[in-house]
Amino acid sequence: MSTTHHITPVRTYVAVFVALAAFTVVTAAVAYRDFGFLNTTIALGIAVGKATLVVWYFMGVRYNTPLTRVVVVSGLFWLLILFALGMSDYLTRPWMGVPGR
Amino acid sequence: MADAHGTTLPAGGRAAAGHDAHAAGGGGQPHPRLQHHFYSMDQQLEASILGMWIFLVTEIMFFGGLFMAYIAYRTMYPDAWAAGSQHLNVWLGGANTLVLICSSLTMALAVRSAQVGSRRGQIVNLILTIVFGTTFLVVKYFEYAEKFEHHLVPGPTFDPALPAAQQLFFALYFIMTGVHAAHMVVGVALMAVILVMAWKGRFGPDYYGPVEVSGLYWHFVDIVWIFLFPLLYLLGFHLGH
Amino acid sequence: MAPAVAVPEERRSYLDAPYGIAAWLLTKDHKRIAILYLISITVFFAVGGFFAVGVRLELLTPRGDFMSADTYNKFFTLHGIVMIFFFLIPSIPATLGNFLIPIMCGTKDLAFPRINLLSWYLYVIGGLIAVGVIAGGGVDTGWTFYTPYSTTASTTNVTLAGMAAFIAGFSSILTGFNFIVTVHRMRAPGLTWFRLPLFVWAHYATSLVMILGTPVVAITLTLMMAERTLGLAVFDPKIGGDPVLFQHLFWFYSHPAVYIMILPGMGVISEMVAAVSRKQIFGYAFVAFSSLAIAVLGFLVWGHHLFVSSQSIYAGFVFSILTMLVAVPSAVKTFNWAATMYKGSVTWESPTYWVVGFMGLFLIGGLTGLFLASMGLDIHLTDTYFVVAHFHYIMVGGAIMAFLGGLHFWWPKMTGKMYSDALGKASAILVFVGFNLTFFPQFVLGYMGMPRRYYAYPEEWQALNVLSTAGASVLGLGYLLTFCYLVWSLVKGRTAPANPWGAKGLEWDTTSPPPTFNFDTDPIVDEPAYNYKPGREVRVG
Repeated sequence: MSTTHHITPVRTYVAVFVALAAFTVVTAAVAYRDFGFLNTTIALGIAVGKATLVVWYFMGVRYNTPLTRVVVVSGLFWLLILFALGMSDYLTRPWMGVPGR
Repeated sequence: MADAHGTTLPAGGRAAAGHDAHAAGGGGQPHPRLQHHFYSMDQQLEASILGMWIFLVTEIMFFGGLFMAYIAYRTMYPDAWAAGSQHLNVWLGGANTLVLICSSLTMALAVRSAQVGSRRGQIVNLILTIVFGTTFLVVKYFEYAEKFEHHLVPGPTFDPALPAAQQLFFALYFIMTGVHAAHMVVGVALMAVILVMAWKGRFGPDYYGPVEVSGLYWHFVDIVWIFLFPLLYLLGFHLGH
Repeated sequence: MAPAVAVPEERRSYLDAPYGIAAWLLTKDHKRIAILYLISITVFFAVGGFFAVGVRLELLTPRGDFMSADTYNKFFTLHGIVMIFFFLIPSIPATLGNFLIPIMCGTKDLAFPRINLLSWYLYVIGGLIAVGVIAGGGVDTGWTFYTPYSTTASTTNVTLAGMAAFIAGFSSILTGFNFIVTVHRMRAPGLTWFRLPLFVWAHYATSLVMILGTPVVAITLTLMMAERTLGLAVFDPKIGGDPVLFQHLFWFYSHPAVYIMILPGMGVISEMVAAVSRKQIFGYAFVAFSSLAIAVLGFLVWGHHLFVSSQSIYAGFVFSILTMLVAVPSAVKTFNWAATMYKGSVTWESPTYWVVGFMGLFLIGGLTGLFLASMGLDIHLTDTYFVVAHFHYIMVGGAIMAFLGGLHFWWPKMTGKMYSDALGKASAILVFVGFNLTFFPQFVLGYMGMPRRYYAYPEEWQALNVLSTAGASVLGLGYLLTFCYLVWSLVKGRTAPANPWGAKGLEWDTTSPPPTFNFDTDPIVDEPAYNYKPGREVRVG
């Protein structure tokens, strides 16, 4: 059978579900405490972790072809290009020393 | 010179069924669901999955534009962002997150049911997925209604006591969650179609592509919410309500 | 190539079977869909051309006397929207790409034939909406829809125009993802990546750009429409919004979009150069990889459209350097095409004329891009006719010449008819001369400071403007001539052989026109692309 026919056991799906629910509770709880700039980092880190679980297990990328993984990673990479080069403008505007900026 | 039968071929990485214009599923009639331009059900399934993932990449970039706007404005107006976030109901948002996570579980189980040939499993799980998805949309409706009441909709009705930049936050809130909700509506409709097909017994271990591919779409919409929830709802709480 | 394709006496070409209008409008055959697209984009080319005529007529005189300023704004806006979204972006991929990619991959159809048909219907729907925009009074924001004018001040059909572009964009996404899956998953036995024709590589790279870029303009237009219709203002300066954010998001797609427009043309030229030179493409791997490099690097340069927008100059530095870099792979291709023709057995039939015309015009267009990439020089040249000339050299001198050249090259294959070679050469010359007459003066005008999108200008520039308009008439004549003899060939052309140019490629191994399933027996590939033997190839038929 090709890799696309792999059947994941129910208990794996349930375990992932429990992890996702737990992470949700954690991320909400952390939001109530002040960790400074880490609040955002932790929130995004947890979100990335949850997304990875969904992609890897629920969406079956763990058992897909390398090509599928390249496609997923490329999408994320291109998003980062948009963010990085876009923010290169916003983050460096204050350097220009123009009044009001 | 390559002999088509039984050769390991570089193209596509699998042995071709060769000269047959219509490939047999297993030495006989072609599978009724095999389309004419594919030579095997495996090829058809892999092509469908690859196709759906490429479509999801377009969706990543579609939502990506919104996240770019979010990041730019949050950098410019961090206080307005934190203050705006405090107006959002974290309990409803959090509940909705859990609802969607449940729906992803039932979606994954629905695909699995098709893979093992359980018609009942498919129907139950697809119905549950639709129920969870609809619940999400209903909660969203109540959240939006609350915003209208509290004068938090950008435009002439926006609360004039609040700083102008908060209108940007709420404009993005409505657009991001609105576009997401539109995708949920499409997802629920898609699941209804799949449910009807599953009811008719169309899917089984040899043909479950449409369920898997719809599942990929559904999970993606869930992932978008996984990011929307902390970015929109959880910004301001550590600053005190 | 593959073992000789059996040609049975009664082969039913894709044009004949099945018969009837419903069989065409509900077809799943990629070749029929290509023809449907060809007819539709020709209609829109005429529409876009009409608006160009209006612009050039107004610019014959220094004063604004032919039309009002508002009307002029609508004319150049609609010229841009129609030509870019409804002609250039679909042109080669949706016609030649749709037709040839399955055949060049040795397979029966694209991966998703019904989605292919859907993409044409979406294109038509978007096109009808665009016609509605035109009939409803047009739109005057420029094809770039800049905020806050488009969101707060313009009283024209901005939302509808945004809708039209959105739907057309979705159509191109569907085309792109079809190509990617086909090339990855449906190549014939033996057809490795490095045996693929460069036409396929070019379209693969184009499809990557379509997939990754188009959604961003889609959401940008959505935001624009949301602001206009729902009052959800994201770019409004009055509440702290940044209009330049719109420009960032818009150009993130619209710069790579120009690579969507030129990469397929480069693929066409690669095929034609090899064929007319009877020679393997010089540096095949370099040309293949440079297609990918253009696609990737093209996403890193959009800020060069924002040099004078109040974008940070530090970001400007980065974008300027990256823009210089993206010229490199294009230069690699141009050198390789020239090197292929050098010491090749070049025959001078009409396709060769189109190829040579392309190379000259693309060279000028590409080099002038470097002027604009330099941020310091761009301060003076931006929003002048220099920019207009630059992009028309690439889009018209490059992309459209490649498109027409490709039509001339594959016309016998697609239609089974030969056109008059003499007329083919004549129109290539007419288009080349007309084009240069139209757009070269615009480089001079831009350098002297004539702004774009203005309907009036100082008296001393009239001579150059008149030259430009005169050139446009010659150019238009060339296009009209091409249209006439190509259509005429459908009625009176002599029957085309399977391989009129003696070229190498899977498409030349099947009949002209091909049968519905492309081949009578599934091909198996056992040799590299462009496997020309030394000496002049004997023609088949």
